[in-house]
Amino acid sequence: MATSETRNSGVRLTDLTKSYGDFKAVRGVNISIRPGETLALLGPNGAGKSTTIDMMLGLIRPDSGTVTLFGSSPADAVQAGVVGGMLQTGSLLGYLSVRELVAMVASLYPHPLDVSEVLRLTGTTEFADRATTKLSGGQTQRARMAIALVADPDLLVLDEPTAALDVEGRRDFWTSMRAVAARGKTVVFATHYLEEADAYADRIVLMARGRVVADGPPTEIKARVGGRTIRATLPGVDQSALVSLPGVTNADQRGDALVLTCPDSPSSDSALRALLALYPQASDIEVRGAGLEEAFLDLTGDDGDVHDDVTNA
Amino acid sequence: MRRFTYLRFELLRTIRNRRFLIFSLAFPLVLFLTIAGAHQNLSLEGISFPLYYLSGMAAWGSMNAVISSGARVAQERSIGWTRQLRITPLKTSDYFTAKVLSGYLMALFSIVVLALAGTLIGVRLSAVEWLTMLGLLLVGLIPFAVLGILLGHLVSVDSLGPAIGGGTSLLALLGGAYGPLATSGVFLTVVKYLPSYWLVQAGRSALGGGNTWPAQAWIVLAV
Repeated sequence: MATSETRNSGVRLTDLTKSYGDFKAVRGVNISIRPGETLALLGPNGAGKSTTIDMMLGLIRPDSGTVTLFGSSPADAVQAGVVGGMLQTGSLLGYLSVRELVAMVASLYPHPLDVSEVLRLTGTTEFADRATTKLSGGQTQRARMAIALVADPDLLVLDEPTAALDVEGRRDFWTSMRAVAARGKTVVFATHYLEEADAYADRIVLMARGRVVADGPPTEIKARVGGRTIRATLPGVDQSALVSLPGVTNADQRGDALVLTCPDSPSSDSALRALLALYPQASDIEVRGAGLEEAFLDLTGDDGDVHDDVTNA
Repeated sequence: MRRFTYLRFELLRTIRNRRFLIFSLAFPLVLFLTIAGAHQNLSLEGISFPLYYLSGMAAWGSMNAVISSGARVAQERSIGWTRQLRITPLKTSDYFTAKVLSGYLMALFSIVVLALAGTLIGVRLSAVEWLTMLGLLLVGLIPFAVLGILLGHLVSVDSLGPAIGGGTSLLALLGGAYGPLATSGVFLTVVKYLPSYWLVQAGRSALGGGNTWPAQAWIVLAV
């Protein structure tokens, strides 16, 4: 841990696999994260995000592959107090106020942050003296973030931190989180909201069915999964005419049904206007966002051996 | 220093837990004051009844304290808190040590309160006798501390309350905490294999009455 060279190696996940019985939760994941980077693990339920995070934190042992955190094993890094985590499940320890619980956790670390400072950073000051069991969902999540942060960790790992929150709660959470990321931490968070990953990460790793299916800056990932499709019934039109419509990147025809693919919503708007102007007889028109799930399936092809009812909880 | 901070919060949590206070402190205290207080002049097995009963209640209360402290592991596991702790530098052994220590400190608290209540209704002992009683109680509690931790791993949270309440009451009853249940015969032979019997006797033998702690006591506790 001591030399700057190993410290600079950041987080490295190499060829990770993990199965539960017949279910292959993670199937060969490789991710390298630079120090200071904020990385989103994006994917639908069952993509293997939580399993990957649990292996990253040393909570479960991979079937094969290795994890190094700043050059150390997860267990050593945790022991050295350089890791802070907010797990997906779990409530707070009772019979304590938020401030007391944060102080209790702080006492476990070699170089914790000042408790009041952490409470301020995470926006928990106003309910710091309330019992941990009497908080709203949003307050609980922020208290949990305070617990993860009080270690002053080099690596902060958040597993679907906003899953239980409404839109407003999510926004507040990330406003606090921005202040944290600004402190130069390496941050890894899992989410199934594309907008969240886009807004708060430097880089998005897209996971589906236990694999990394895309890895790049948010703009790139968004272009791949943020598309829209226009469906309509329109007999007797040449496909090449459809592809040449403004904003359309792909056109499929099956009998009288057609599906136009557009990269984003402005392009689908112009495609629809052009379509209706040229072919007023088009009927049964439907425009929809591709949705993550659909986009993932497009990217991954069909892996029929995965059961859809398995979640990543 | 940091360890003390952690232990301090463990204790704070224990004191704020009403159920815990009721079973390890309030119940034994009330039973002692009402029952022993009403029979101050009686004597049993060669010692005064209040003294006899003090010993039983101290055993019961302190037994409750150490068992439920260890068993709280079950609750902390069920809410996912132990998982959270696994990603902190806290060692597993330190986690259990803190549980046992806070259980013991609560047991000590309960014994001291009962002893004070005892002097209130006329129990008089020398410092050596008090310390012997305390010492034997603390040693006698070891199997219960272990039992608590075991319960914390084996029992689900839903059945934890009844398991502890029923279990400790039964152990205390068989051990003779509420009164002499078995003074001779097969039954006595059997209960002598219970650590609770010796926990209850721990108090009494220090006071020069009842049975003194023989080798069998040490063997049962060691097992």
